[in-house]
Amino acid sequence: MTADIAAILAIDGIATGAVYALVAIGTVLIFTVTRVIFIPFGDIAAFTALTLAALDAKQLPGTVGLVVVLACMASAMEVVSLARAGEFRAVPKAVLGYLVLPLIVVGIVWLTMRFNPPMPVRIVLALLLIMPISPLLDRIVFRPIADASVLLLLTVSVALHFALVGLGLLFFGPEGVRTEPLTSMAIEIAGVHVSGQTVLILAAALVFSGLLFLFFDFTLIGKALRATALNRTGARLMGIRPARAGTIAYLLGSLMAGVSGILIAPVNTIFYDSGFLLGLKAFVGAIVGGMASYPGAALGAFGVGIIESFASFQSSTLKDVIVFSLLIPVLLWRSLASQHSEEEVEE
Amino acid sequence: MTLQQIRLIIAAAIACLVAAPFVLNPFSITLLNYIGIYALAAIGLALLTGVGGIVSFGQAAFVGVAAYSTAWVTAVNGYSPWLGLVLAVVLTCSIAAILGFVTLRLGGHFLSLSTVAWGLAIAFLFGNIDGLGQHNGISGIPPISIGPLALVESRQIYFLIWAIVVAVLFVCYNLLDSRIGRAMRALRGGNTLVESLGISAFQIKLATFVIAAFLGSLSGWLYAHLGRFVSPGPFEAAMGIEYLMMAMVGGAGSILGGVVGAAIVTLLKNSVQDYLPLIAKGASGQLEIVAFSALFILFLQRARQGIVPFLAGFLPDLKQSRPQAATALPRREQPPPGTLLLKVSDAQRRFGGLVAVNNVSFDVKSGEILGLIGPNGAGKTTMFNLLTGALRANSGEIAFAGRSITRDQQFHIARAGISRTFQHVKLRPRMTLLDNVLLGTYSRTKTGLLAGALRLNQAEEASARYEALQQLERVGLGDKPFELAGNLPLGNQRVLEIARALAADPTLLVLDEPAAGLRRQEKLKLAELLRSLRADHLTILLVEHDMEFVMSLVDRIVVLDFGSKLCEGEPAAIRSDARVQEAYLGGVA
Repeated sequence: MTADIAAILAIDGIATGAVYALVAIGTVLIFTVTRVIFIPFGDIAAFTALTLAALDAKQLPGTVGLVVVLACMASAMEVVSLARAGEFRAVPKAVLGYLVLPLIVVGIVWLTMRFNPPMPVRIVLALLLIMPISPLLDRIVFRPIADASVLLLLTVSVALHFALVGLGLLFFGPEGVRTEPLTSMAIEIAGVHVSGQTVLILAAALVFSGLLFLFFDFTLIGKALRATALNRTGARLMGIRPARAGTIAYLLGSLMAGVSGILIAPVNTIFYDSGFLLGLKAFVGAIVGGMASYPGAALGAFGVGIIESFASFQSSTLKDVIVFSLLIPVLLWRSLASQHSEEEVEE
Repeated sequence: MTLQQIRLIIAAAIACLVAAPFVLNPFSITLLNYIGIYALAAIGLALLTGVGGIVSFGQAAFVGVAAYSTAWVTAVNGYSPWLGLVLAVVLTCSIAAILGFVTLRLGGHFLSLSTVAWGLAIAFLFGNIDGLGQHNGISGIPPISIGPLALVESRQIYFLIWAIVVAVLFVCYNLLDSRIGRAMRALRGGNTLVESLGISAFQIKLATFVIAAFLGSLSGWLYAHLGRFVSPGPFEAAMGIEYLMMAMVGGAGSILGGVVGAAIVTLLKNSVQDYLPLIAKGASGQLEIVAFSALFILFLQRARQGIVPFLAGFLPDLKQSRPQAATALPRREQPPPGTLLLKVSDAQRRFGGLVAVNNVSFDVKSGEILGLIGPNGAGKTTMFNLLTGALRANSGEIAFAGRSITRDQQFHIARAGISRTFQHVKLRPRMTLLDNVLLGTYSRTKTGLLAGALRLNQAEEASARYEALQQLERVGLGDKPFELAGNLPLGNQRVLEIARALAADPTLLVLDEPAAGLRRQEKLKLAELLRSLRADHLTILLVEHDMEFVMSLVDRIVVLDFGSKLCEGEPAAIRSDARVQEAYLGGVA
């Protein structure tokens, strides 16, 4: 391997790592606020890419159907549980949040599509369309068992991933997509060719993690989220509703995953099931940060990207084996580094 | 229900299994074959996940390692399937042992995440190794032959599959009813509980993990020779969660649940394949996995208990006979009264900047009851954890019976003769009183895994059961040994913990706030029990909050305040000590 190749591989790895970093940060966000290890996060990223591709091709994206189905289920569940509790006055608000709002988003997409919107608008539409999915899934799947053990939530989360893969095939079909490049620019840094796409990926990763940082430090909602992450009961006593904090975490996380999906779509061909590997690799990064630290997660994700890049140069078929095998020493190191109190398994 | 009736039911079930291939059509027999094969892997998971509390998403990978091993031995190299079985079992168990050795120290969800990781890594390997046919898989696997008889038809291999399933069921039930099996069932109570009984939690987890992989390897071997073809597909992550679904739907924690779960999932899958195309034409494949995942999620939300435990709730209780008198288990030699038993010198423990225990020294002499008291935050619990090995001291020395235990692991300390109870009672609520106390005899008995699984241990088991019954009687709980521990009121649960500690034949009994949460009558009974134990020359160290309880009971008292020892002496002297009064009441009253 020459220095040139190493440089190219490193840049490639950093770009991939930046995409993983966005997803990893979202994963940590959701885990700390809700204790759910949200495996389907990669699927959200893949679905965003597929949505954007459909919009590019002037087709109604499958996401529309998915959002409508999920919104109906979530609002039905919410209304039933409210009715059981006798809180009929809260019903209109619930219907507004779980049914009307997602449907408005769908409506906006449907209307705007007729005017052949330019690329930036299509990206915004794709992100808008993807953002309701995780909060709706949260309502349907995780809210009824919000107080269960992390282990049970993880099991449910893995099952949910497989359900989403099936739904993905149903709504998006088996074809892979690759969207138009966001930019055709290219620059040279110290004699190494760096594509504009790479620069864009890095910039987006920096901007969005920076925004998240600002959100957490300078807004009340951000502080409420951090409070929930630290101590759910304590936050509840302070008037913060963990369920609402969860919804916000899912919305923000989806935005991060969505952005990463849009960034990766012009570089890699994305299929309905591409999300699993994307999500899991981001996850390896998140675990480096102990599922708690955002900079740690980002750093870990960059590490995964770079290792994957070099591994695929050595043996393209075994790169995934290498990446996942690496998780084991990382986990070991984490478990030695952190003295966590043991959580008793429920009976 | 009596044992006789259960035997009858088992005999009837086996007769049905034998008769099935003569009655059913070939398709149903094939279905039964697959149920049996999946059941083996699911039983492994029921042990690992249900009994041991270790959620693994990687069982499919173990099945795959075995299937590919035997395929490689037979189809690629032309050797006998029996040699394939040897390689399958050896390779799978070795991989499991290595993976388990590396990962089983991980806590809760980190461990499960690691199973996702290696499950994927192994599944990727199958599709990418040249010698294993890559994504095309390996075909032309020969059938298993027994002597001259080749098991070609599904009717023939049926008997082999179900003979193995039935044998595995028997062995697993025996195992769970033996010394090692009880330790496995205790795993879900947490490491601290398990280690306090002198059991190495890591060893038991590793054993459970390898057994689960072994059952997976049997499943994989049969799978390869039933279908006569292997490809990476059936061993991928999706199948890993399907096995988990089988184990949990059947009722994780129940061995029979593995078979029931495998049957339900396989039959459901089969009928879903029949009916889904009627609902949505051309989309059945993807709907199948959606339907399955949705059902699994619904199950996890609503009915985590599983089918077999749910149904077993309707059956009449099993009538068990009380353990008969048997040879006594060997007893430890107790030191003569008055000798130095436990010596704590300058023990210090820091948590960051906080010094929770600051250079504390005290002695415990054999035959006495020593009370360790102090106001909230005095460092009592930390001191207790240092003694029992739950925490390590930063400096200082703790010696027990003349040997330093400062750096020992919890289960070594327990084996050395220190038995403990817990402030927040740690019992296995779904196990009987007798089984809970039997856990205490672990360090006094020797029966290994194999001997337990094959019931070669009956003499020792009878002795242990008799010992457990005697300890139950000693503490006054001897009338209902087969009651579930979870049904007892708190006072009796604490007493049951003492019986469990006594079953280990300890030299020193350490009790962590035994009177907390008890009513007055219960406290009086507890004090009476502890006095009777002292009369039997047992040494007791008591960490307690309740002054009245302590004062009336103990011989000497050590008072801690803000992590340091305030004073030490007889109850009357402590009661009149101005420093103690100040610590408790904030000034001379």
